[in-house]
Amino acid sequence: MRIRMLLIALLALSWLPTSPAAQTAEERGLAIAAEADQRDSGFQDFIANMTMILRNRQGDESVRAIRSRTLEVHGDGDKSLVIFDEPTDVKGTAFLSYTHAIRPDDQWLYLPALKRVKRISSANKSGPFMGSEFAYEDISSQEVEKYTYKYLRDEKLERLDTFVVERYPVDKDSGYTRQVVWMDQAHYRAMKIEFYDRKNSLLKTLVNKGYQQYAGQYWRPDAMHMENHQTGKTTTLQWHDYQFRTGLTERDFDKNSLKRVR
Amino acid sequence: MNSPPRHHASLTRTLLAGALALITSDATAGAWSGHAALQGRIYTQSPADPRQHDDVGSVSFQPEYYHSWNANRDSFLLVPFVRWDQHDDERSHADLRELTWTHAAPSWELRAGVRKVFWGVTESQHLVDIINQTDLVEDPDGEDKLGQPMVNLAWVRNWGTLDLFVLPYFRERTFPGSTGRLRPPLAVDTDQARYESAREQRHVDAAVRWSHYLSDWDIGLSHYSGTRRDPRLVPGFDDQGAPVLVPHYDLIQQTGLDVQMTRGAWLWKLEAIYRHGQGDGYYAATGGIEYTLFGIGDGSADVGLVAEYLYDERGAKATTPFQNDVMVGLRLALNDVQSSAALLGAIVDSDSGATFYSLEASRRLGHQWKVDLEARAFVDVPVSDPLYGLHRDDYLQVELGYYF
Repeated sequence: MRIRMLLIALLALSWLPTSPAAQTAEERGLAIAAEADQRDSGFQDFIANMTMILRNRQGDESVRAIRSRTLEVHGDGDKSLVIFDEPTDVKGTAFLSYTHAIRPDDQWLYLPALKRVKRISSANKSGPFMGSEFAYEDISSQEVEKYTYKYLRDEKLERLDTFVVERYPVDKDSGYTRQVVWMDQAHYRAMKIEFYDRKNSLLKTLVNKGYQQYAGQYWRPDAMHMENHQTGKTTTLQWHDYQFRTGLTERDFDKNSLKRVR
Repeated sequence: MNSPPRHHASLTRTLLAGALALITSDATAGAWSGHAALQGRIYTQSPADPRQHDDVGSVSFQPEYYHSWNANRDSFLLVPFVRWDQHDDERSHADLRELTWTHAAPSWELRAGVRKVFWGVTESQHLVDIINQTDLVEDPDGEDKLGQPMVNLAWVRNWGTLDLFVLPYFRERTFPGSTGRLRPPLAVDTDQARYESAREQRHVDAAVRWSHYLSDWDIGLSHYSGTRRDPRLVPGFDDQGAPVLVPHYDLIQQTGLDVQMTRGAWLWKLEAIYRHGQGDGYYAATGGIEYTLFGIGDGSADVGLVAEYLYDERGAKATTPFQNDVMVGLRLALNDVQSSAALLGAIVDSDSGATFYSLEASRRLGHQWKVDLEARAFVDVPVSDPLYGLHRDDYLQVELGYYF
């Protein structure tokens, strides 16, 4: 948070001597990302349940049930805990992540059969999350500093006025060269994201639907639909039971907490 | 057979308090889950002892009941386990894996009842892990554990977590019976188990562990004082005068260190112990690396390379087969919808060349079924090696599990 505030202050200062028209495309892209981040800050914590539906090209479906808890951290990336309910053979498995803006995230996996908390490498950014079309880097906390930006254009997307911004991952382990984000101008919500692989070919498209506002401020989609254009596979995340400011603390996101969750 | 552990009165009271809180609170309904499995094992060589068999079928069932209340600050977990084995009466057994009440406060946690606790970081063996007894009849790899009665207070501060354990009842290690395989040349007669302590299984063991994490580093420092989990096996006779091995449980002191550094795709691991009380004190250590190549093949599979060195200061006098050994392993995760994964490994004795091969693979079938494959081989094991008893016990095992 402190990093973001500093960025915003710097941006504000950088605007002072010149008019917005003189802003470069990079400055404008960063300003949009910082504004989106600013509008989503201060949530403290939230919990939600997720149903993940995986479909292959033949239309075969596979379903996962997951609970997620997120804690906002001031001056660093957020902490998150993901607990698996289905498939039933991985029930009780939990994934704890401390995200950081620049340095690698800290991640632990809890294996309930062995009661083992295992520190795992966070270098697998581009790996599939639970066999889905979402990579780890797609579902982890989207800190402003994780990308550099370039504003492309304004565009109508299904009657919504959007900014189209291109962003480039800073992390060399990322599976993407770039992402193109359609962000609605009224609320700074990501409506659609195109992901380009390391060869700069279109790999996936994410479409977020059914945004609802929580705690009078924070917008979250009911459904996130990811399509892989190269394999024909899709994954839909259906979100339920969002609750904000539930009073979670650091203690709900430590290595001890992993052994208690079910 | 394992008799269910008897608890100290204080432990029973604590559990009763937990059970009462459970009934009288604003609790949400608890939930049952668990799994049942069919297992078949085929041995590729004829047995060393004519009482043993070439193949064996087995069934296991492990339900689990979990309930939390008081905004998840209190939780209750019950996990009984039962296995029936076609030939071996010792492997047909039941155990209480968990019967735990946990209370989490802002700066501490109390966990009381029968539990399982894991300490450590390495893959080839778990030197530091000492709280729970090994349920050796389940699998020769020793990863299965018996439930341990305990009271565990964890003090959670910004300098780490300090765990204090009081372990009021000792669980004896399980060993395959005379008709079972994967045992020493002589069967182990667990009914004759002997103890250094006059209080035998009622000797109160204790342990303390500090653990913390600082950016790339995860570290644990522990001390255990009490009955050793891995008995000395001393030749003797059973009540019919036949030669057997008798487990002897000495009192020991063991200090342990476990460290992992996680940097990029590299994991650097070390476990070390110093133990005394069973003759001269000695050091033992396991250390090595795990390196993962992410996104190979069609872009989603991971291949992990594991290499560890296993050392025991006692050398040829060590009670473990791993006194100067090298382990190499290959881990494959397809990251597909069925979570297909495999781990191929070998532990080679640098002195004798004796080699233990292991393959474990698993794949989900549909939504609630899983198939597990396990293959183990013991090659060029000399008579002097503690693994010699298993030298004809190479096997292939298939398990089909239903998870609910």
